[in-house]
Amino acid sequence: MTDASLPENSAAAPAHRSLNTVDARTRKRNRAEARFRAYGIAAVATGLVFLVILLGSILFNGVGAFQQTFIKVPVYLDPAKLDKSGERDIEAIKKVSTFGYTPLIQQGLFDVVQAAGIETPLAKPGDMKQMISPSAAAQVRDTVIENPDLIGQTVDFRILASSRVDGYLKDRVFREDVVRDKNIDVEHLDIVDGLVAAGIVVKEFNLTFITGADASESRPEQAGLGVSILGSFFMMLVVLALSLPIGVAASIYLEEFAPKNRFTDLIEVNISNLAAVPSIVFGILGLAVFIQFAHLPQSAPLVGGLTLTLMTLPTIVISTRASLKSVPPSIRDAALGVGASKMQAVFHHVLPMAMPGILTGTIIGLAQALGETAPLLLIGMVGYIATNYPDGLASGFMDPNSAMPAQIFEWAKRADPAYYERAWGGIIILLVFLMTMNIIAIILRRRFERRW
Amino acid sequence: MSYFKMTASTLAIAAVSATAAAARDNVQVAGSSTVLPYASIVAEAFGENFDFPTPVVESGGSSSGLKRFCEGVGENTIDIANASRAIREKEIKACAEAGVTDIIEVRIGYDGIVFASQIDGPGFTAFEPADWYNALAPKVLKDGELVDNPYTMWSEFNADLPAVEIAAFIPGTKHGTREVFEEKVLAHGCEATGAMKAMEEAGMDEDSIEDACISVRTDGRSIDIDGDYTETLARIDSNAEGVGVFGLAFYENNTDKLKVATMSGVAPSTETIASGEYPVSRPLFFYVKKAHIGVIPGLKEFAEFFVSDEIAGPDGPLANYGLVSDPELAMTQAKIADEVTMGEGM
Repeated sequence: MTDASLPENSAAAPAHRSLNTVDARTRKRNRAEARFRAYGIAAVATGLVFLVILLGSILFNGVGAFQQTFIKVPVYLDPAKLDKSGERDIEAIKKVSTFGYTPLIQQGLFDVVQAAGIETPLAKPGDMKQMISPSAAAQVRDTVIENPDLIGQTVDFRILASSRVDGYLKDRVFREDVVRDKNIDVEHLDIVDGLVAAGIVVKEFNLTFITGADASESRPEQAGLGVSILGSFFMMLVVLALSLPIGVAASIYLEEFAPKNRFTDLIEVNISNLAAVPSIVFGILGLAVFIQFAHLPQSAPLVGGLTLTLMTLPTIVISTRASLKSVPPSIRDAALGVGASKMQAVFHHVLPMAMPGILTGTIIGLAQALGETAPLLLIGMVGYIATNYPDGLASGFMDPNSAMPAQIFEWAKRADPAYYERAWGGIIILLVFLMTMNIIAIILRRRFERRW
Repeated sequence: MSYFKMTASTLAIAAVSATAAAARDNVQVAGSSTVLPYASIVAEAFGENFDFPTPVVESGGSSSGLKRFCEGVGENTIDIANASRAIREKEIKACAEAGVTDIIEVRIGYDGIVFASQIDGPGFTAFEPADWYNALAPKVLKDGELVDNPYTMWSEFNADLPAVEIAAFIPGTKHGTREVFEEKVLAHGCEATGAMKAMEEAGMDEDSIEDACISVRTDGRSIDIDGDYTETLARIDSNAEGVGVFGLAFYENNTDKLKVATMSGVAPSTETIASGEYPVSRPLFFYVKKAHIGVIPGLKEFAEFFVSDEIAGPDGPLANYGLVSDPELAMTQAKIADEVTMGEGM
C-alpha cells in the first residue's frame, strides 16, 4: 500500500516540501511513536503497581512481628516455694523447675487484675495461664538463679504475653472466633482490655525478634531470627572464602592466560550455562556429594555454604571476566612495553582496575546466595529448630543451624497463625539485608569504577 | 597472591578445629514431623530447666528418622528417633545389623485425626467411616452389587450430608497419618458398607480385599496432600466444599477457620481420644538408643523429662498443644527409669 502511494507523494511534494509542514506520513510515524511510549509507560506502571502491592502486603503483614505485647507484673518470689531450706543454696534453688515458678507469676498477674479493679468471672490465679507466655517462667527462674538474694522480695518483671493476647491487640485474633478456641476465652480478652487501659499490658518494640532464637510451636511470641541470621552469616563466610578466590583465579586464567581454542570455548559456554541452572539442582548435588559421599554433618552451615558456593561461582566468574575485559588493552600493552611479565601486568595493573567490578559481582552473587532456599531444603536446613546459638567458630560452621530463608519457610509451615506473621516479618529482615548488600555494591561501583 | 593463601589457611584451620571438637554434649533427635512440635516443646523446657544444652531436634519423617537411628552406635549417630508409628520388624533387624540392639520404646501419648471443613462452608457435621468409604473408594456396593464408584455428591449415599460435590483432601502416602486413615476409617467403612463381604463372595483373596478396601479413587475427587497441614488448610480455604484431614493439634490452633465433624457420633477432643471413644487416633513414640545412655550427657534425663507428669501429663504443655495424654504414663516412666529395652519385660 505504501509502495503505491509513494510515487504519488513524491511527485506532488517537491514544490511545497518544508521541514516544518507535517505531512500525513510523519503524523503517522509520530503517532506510532507516541503509542509505543504509552505502551512503555503502561508496562513500567504495571510493574510499579505490582511492586507496591508486593512491598505493601509484606509490610502490612510483617510489621506486626516487630512489636510484641508485654505484661508488667510484680512477682512475689515466695521463699516457701523457691527455697524450702532457707539457706539460699544455689543447687537447691536450681532444683525448682519452671513449673514451680508458673503459679507465682499467675498469682502476680491475678493480684494486678484485682488491684486494677477489673471485674471478671475468673476467680482463680490459675485462670491467668492463657494470658502468659510459657517463656515467662524461665525468665523469672533465670533471674532468681542469677541473683538468689531476690527470693522473698517482690520483683517487677516485664514478661511476654501469650500469642493469643498478642494477636488480639494486633487484630489477628477476634472476639467472635475466640469462642471456639480452647487456648483463650472471651473473659481473658475482657481482662486484657482493662489492663491495656491501665497501662499494664503494653505493645513495645520487639528486639528478640531480630536477635533471639527460634522457639517451639507452643510459644511463637518468643521466636526470633537471630540464630538463623548467624547461620546465614557462617554460610556466607564459606561462600565468600571459596567462591571469591576460585572464581577470580579461574576468570583471570581464562581471560588473560588461556589459549583461545575449542576447549576453552567449551568451558566458557558451560560456565554461562551453569549460571542458568536451577538452584535445586545444586541442592541435590550438595546432598549427594557433601552429605552422602563426604559424610559432612547434615544441616550444617558448612555444607550449606559449600552448596551455595557451587551456585555462586558462575555468577562471580562471569562478572569478573566482564570487568577484566573492560580494562582497556592499552594498560596491558603499556605494562608489557616497559618490561613487565604477563603476570605482573595482570596482577599489578589489570586486576586492581577490575577490582570494583569484581567486588560488585561478588556482592551480588552473595546476595543471591543469601536469599536462596531451594538447595537448603535438600541438605536438611529446614525442619530443624534453631534454638542454640553457636558457641565458637567451629560450632558455627559444623553444628546444625538454619538460615534466614529456611527459617521463614519453617515458620510459614507451623500451625499457630502467630508464626505466619513472623514469617512475613522475617521476609522484611531478609529484604533489608539484601538491599543493604545491593546498596554497598552500587556505592562501590560508583566510587571506584573508572570509565575510559 | 597473599590473600589467597590467607583464605586457604583460615579454611584449613576451621576444618581442623571442627574435627577436633568432636565430643558431643547435646542430645540429638530426629524423625516424625508429627512428633516434632512436641519434641521441640520438651527440648526447650529441658534447656531451661537443666544445665545440659538444649537438645537438637530435626524432622524428616518417621521412616527417615528411624533409618538414621539405625545407622549405628557412636557420637555421629542420633540418640533418639521420633515416630508417629511403632517401629517395624524390618527396621529392628536393620538396627541390629548395624549394632543397635538395645532400644527403649517410649510411648508419649496419642494423636487424634480429625475431619474438618471451612467454617462457613456446607454443614459437614457428622461422618461415619462408611461415608468416607463411599466417597473415596474406587469400588463401592450399590444395590447389592460392586460397581465403580458412581457417587459425585456426599448426599447421594447419606441424606444427612450436604448436597455438594465430593472433594476430599487426605494426607499423601508418605505421611504416617495416611496409614491411620486407611486402617481406622477406610477399612472400617469397607466392612460397614458390606463391600468387604461382597468382595469375599466374589472370590477375592484376603490380601487383595485388604488392598481394595484401603485404596482411593483416582478420578480427582480424592486429593492427596503431600505437604503439611498448612497446605490442606490453604486448599480448604479456597474451596468451600472441600473436606480435609487434620491433626487434632493443628485444628485446635485454627478453630477460627475450620469446623470439625464428629466421627461415629463422637466429637474429637483430648478427652474422647484418651477414653478411646473417638475412633481415629494413633500412639506417638520415640526410641532411645540404650548404648548412648551414660555416654551422651543428659540423654536419660531428657527421656525422663519428656514423659514426666509435668510435661506429658493431662495438664502439661504437650496436652495444651494437642497431645492426648497417655493414661499409662506411670508405666512408661518406670520403663525409662529401669531402662527396659524392647523385647525384655514387656
